[in-house]
Amino acid sequence: MLSRTASDLYWMSRYLERAENLARMLDISYSLSLMPQDGRGDGLHELAMPLLITGTLDDYLERHGELHAERLLHFFALDAANPASIYSCLGAARASAHAVRGRITADMWENINATWLEIRGIAEQGLSRYGMSRFCEWIKERSHLFRGASYGTIMRNDAFRFIRLGTFIERADNTLRLLDARYEMAGDQAEAVSDGTAHAYYQWSALLRALSSFEAYTEIYRDAPGARHVAELLLLRADVPRSLRACTEEIDQILAQLPGANGRPAQRLAAEMDARLRYTGIHEILEEGLHAWLTEFIPLVRQLGNAIHSSYLEAA
Amino acid sequence: MIRTYFDEMYDAGGQVRPHYREFARWLAETPDELLAQRRREADLLFHRAGITFTLYGDEQGTERLIPFDTIPRSIPASEWRVVERGCIQRVKALNMFLADLYHEQRIIKAGIIPAEQVLANEQYQLAMQGLDLHRDIYSHISGVDLVRDGDGTYYVLEDNLRTPSGVSYMLEDRKMMMRLFPELFAAQRIAPIDHYPNLLLDTLKSSSPIDNPSVVVLTPGRFNSAFFEHAFLAREMGVELVEGADLFVRDDKVFMRTTDGPKAVDVIYRRLDDAFLDPLAFNPESMLGVPGLLSSYRSGNVVLANAIGTGVADDKSVYPFVTDMIRFYLDEEPILKNVPTWQCRNPSELSHVLANLPELVVKETQGSGGYGMLVGPAATAAEIEAFRARIIAKPHAYIAQPTLSLSTCPTFVENGIAPRHIDLRPFVLSGRETRVVPGGLTRVALREGSLVVNSSQGGGTKDTWVVED
Repeated sequence: MLSRTASDLYWMSRYLERAENLARMLDISYSLSLMPQDGRGDGLHELAMPLLITGTLDDYLERHGELHAERLLHFFALDAANPASIYSCLGAARASAHAVRGRITADMWENINATWLEIRGIAEQGLSRYGMSRFCEWIKERSHLFRGASYGTIMRNDAFRFIRLGTFIERADNTLRLLDARYEMAGDQAEAVSDGTAHAYYQWSALLRALSSFEAYTEIYRDAPGARHVAELLLLRADVPRSLRACTEEIDQILAQLPGANGRPAQRLAAEMDARLRYTGIHEILEEGLHAWLTEFIPLVRQLGNAIHSSYLEAA
Repeated sequence: MIRTYFDEMYDAGGQVRPHYREFARWLAETPDELLAQRRREADLLFHRAGITFTLYGDEQGTERLIPFDTIPRSIPASEWRVVERGCIQRVKALNMFLADLYHEQRIIKAGIIPAEQVLANEQYQLAMQGLDLHRDIYSHISGVDLVRDGDGTYYVLEDNLRTPSGVSYMLEDRKMMMRLFPELFAAQRIAPIDHYPNLLLDTLKSSSPIDNPSVVVLTPGRFNSAFFEHAFLAREMGVELVEGADLFVRDDKVFMRTTDGPKAVDVIYRRLDDAFLDPLAFNPESMLGVPGLLSSYRSGNVVLANAIGTGVADDKSVYPFVTDMIRFYLDEEPILKNVPTWQCRNPSELSHVLANLPELVVKETQGSGGYGMLVGPAATAAEIEAFRARIIAKPHAYIAQPTLSLSTCPTFVENGIAPRHIDLRPFVLSGRETRVVPGGLTRVALREGSLVVNSSQGGGTKDTWVVED
C-alpha cells in the first residue's frame, strides 16, 4: 500500500476516534457541571476540564478571556477556528477520507461524508438549539456507525489494519488522559480506601459511563466505583474495549501482521508496552502513584505513534 | 432570427419519437409529487456520495454538485451504431496522425496540413520525436464531443485527446437512474455501460508490452476539479491512486513508495497535463509531477496514457483538418461531419469572421471548459466589440464557427419540463482494439436558451440511453 494512503487511512480513523473521545469528555463534564458543586464554584471549572485535558485552555483564554459556559462549549465542540474542536476533527477525518476514498468502501465514505455535512448543519443552528447531550450522543453514534460500516464492508487487508491502528493509538492516549484528569478531580478522596464520598462517586461513575465501562465495572467488582478498581479496569483489563491494555494488545497484533522489515522499531515498542501491562498488578501502579505512573506512560504512547510514522507512513 | 431546433424526444409535429414512447408513457403515468421526491432523493444521494467537482477561481475550493436531470437522453440503437463507427474511425485517424507527426510527417509532406500549423504549435512536443510507442497508440482514452444541428445531423464539435473527463458522471448517472426508476429499465432494453472501468483497465494493460503490468492512476490531488473521477476510476479498476510525491524514478525506472518499500510501476493513467508531469523536463515550478519521469518514459520503461504531446491533435486550429486526416490515413470518407470552421490566422477568413461576429461562435484555439469564448447571438454589442479587439490583436489564437442550433431534450426546470440544449461525449478506448461503451456523457445547458453545457458554466448532466429499436 502507498505510504501516503496508509497515512491518510491512519489519520482518518485517529481523527474520528478523537472526535468521539472529545464528545465523551464533553458529555461527562457537561453532566457533572449540572450537579451541585459543594462550594467548588459554579460548574465552569468542570466545563473547562475537557480543554485542560486536551491542552487547549490557553488558546481559549487567549481568544475569549474569561470562562463562559456557552463560549467554552462552542469553542470545544463546533468552533471551526479551533483546530482541536470536534468540528475540526471531523473535517480533518473527512479530508483524509476524501483523499483515499478509492481505498475505503462506498459505505464508509458516504458515512463519513454525511457526518461532515450534518455537523456543518448543526454548527449553523448552534449547540444550545441542537442540545448538548443530543450532540454528544450524535457524535458517538456516528463514530459507532462508521466503525460498523468499516467492520462490515472493508476487506481485511493492510488498509483495514492501518485504520484500526489509528483507532487504538488514539484511544490508548485518550483513556490515559481521562483517567489522569478524573483522578486529579476526585482530589483528596481519591486515595481513600473506600472512596465513600458522593463527590468521588460521581467523578468515577461519570468517567466509567463516559468510557462506556460502567456495566463492565459493576459486573466485575459489584461495588461502588473507587480509584483502585477503576484504574485496574481502565489500565489492565484486556476484556474492556476502551482500556489501555485492550488497546496495546490490538496494536501489538496489528503491527505483527504488517509487511516489511522496516516496521521493527514500532513492533518492538508495542510488544514491550503490551508485556509491561500484562505483567503489572494494580498494587504496583498505586505504589508508584497513579499520577506518576500515567505521566510516564503517556509519552510512551506518543513514542509508539512516532515509530509507526517513521516505519510505515513516511517510508521509502 | 428564428432558429429551428431538433428535439430528441418530440418530432417537428410534436409527436413523441418512437424510441421515447415507452418513457413518455411512464412519465405521463407517474405523479408529479413522486418525480419531485425522486429528484430530491437524487440530490441527497449525490451529495452524500460526494460526487462533486471543484470550481476553479473559487477561493474557497467549494465542492459543487453537478446538477443531474432525471429525464434521460435517448438514442435509437441503429443511430448509435453510426455514431459509434464514426467515433472509432475518427480516433483511429487521430492516433495515426500523431504517430505520423512524431515520425515521418507524411501528411505534411503531402501538403495536407501546413507544417507551421503543427510544428509551431505549443502542444507539439519535441521530446516525442522519433519515440516508438507500443501499438503506435497516443490517445488511449479519447472523448469526442458531438452536437446535433437543426435537422438532427451529428457534428463533431471537438476532440479531447489529453485528459478527457466526465466518464464517472456517465457511470454515476446510470447508477442513479437505475436506483430511482428501476421500472424504466425493466420496460425496455437499454444498453449497459457499467463495464467501462473493466474496458479501461484492459486498455491500460494492453498499452504496455509487459504481461500483467502494474497500473496506477496519477492525480494532481484532492483539490483538482476532477478528483472525484480519479478516485472513482482507481477504485473501480482496483489500482492505486497516486500523487506525484508517491512516485520516484531510480535508474530510469518508476517506483511508488509503499508501506512495504518501493514497488515498480509500468503504466500510468495520468490525469495531469503534460506541463506538470516532470519538473526536470517541463514546468520546473510544478510540485505535482515526478522528477525524471520523461527520461524513464523515453527509455520505454513506463507507459503514459495518454502519451505526451497529444494536445497537438485536438487543438482547435488542427480540428479543421481531421476530416482530411481520415481520408489520408484510412482512405475512408468521414462518417461524422466537422462543423465548418474559419481560421482567423488566414486573412481572408479573418475578414469574414470580423464581418459576421454577431452570428458566429468564436473560440480560443487553446481554450477549454467553455472559458474564453464568444457566442455571437447571445452576446451584447459591447461584448462583441471587446472580443473583436482581442481577435484583431491575436488572430492566430482564434477560430470561428457558425452558431449551431444544438438539439434540445426535455429537462426539469423550475416550472415543470422545458427543452434545454444538450451535447454528447462518447468515450473511445484505444488498445488491442478500439471500443466505445454505448452512449456517453450527455451534458445539458440548464439556462434557457444557453448553448454552453460545461459544468463550470452551470451545465448539468443526463443519463444517456442507447435503446434497442
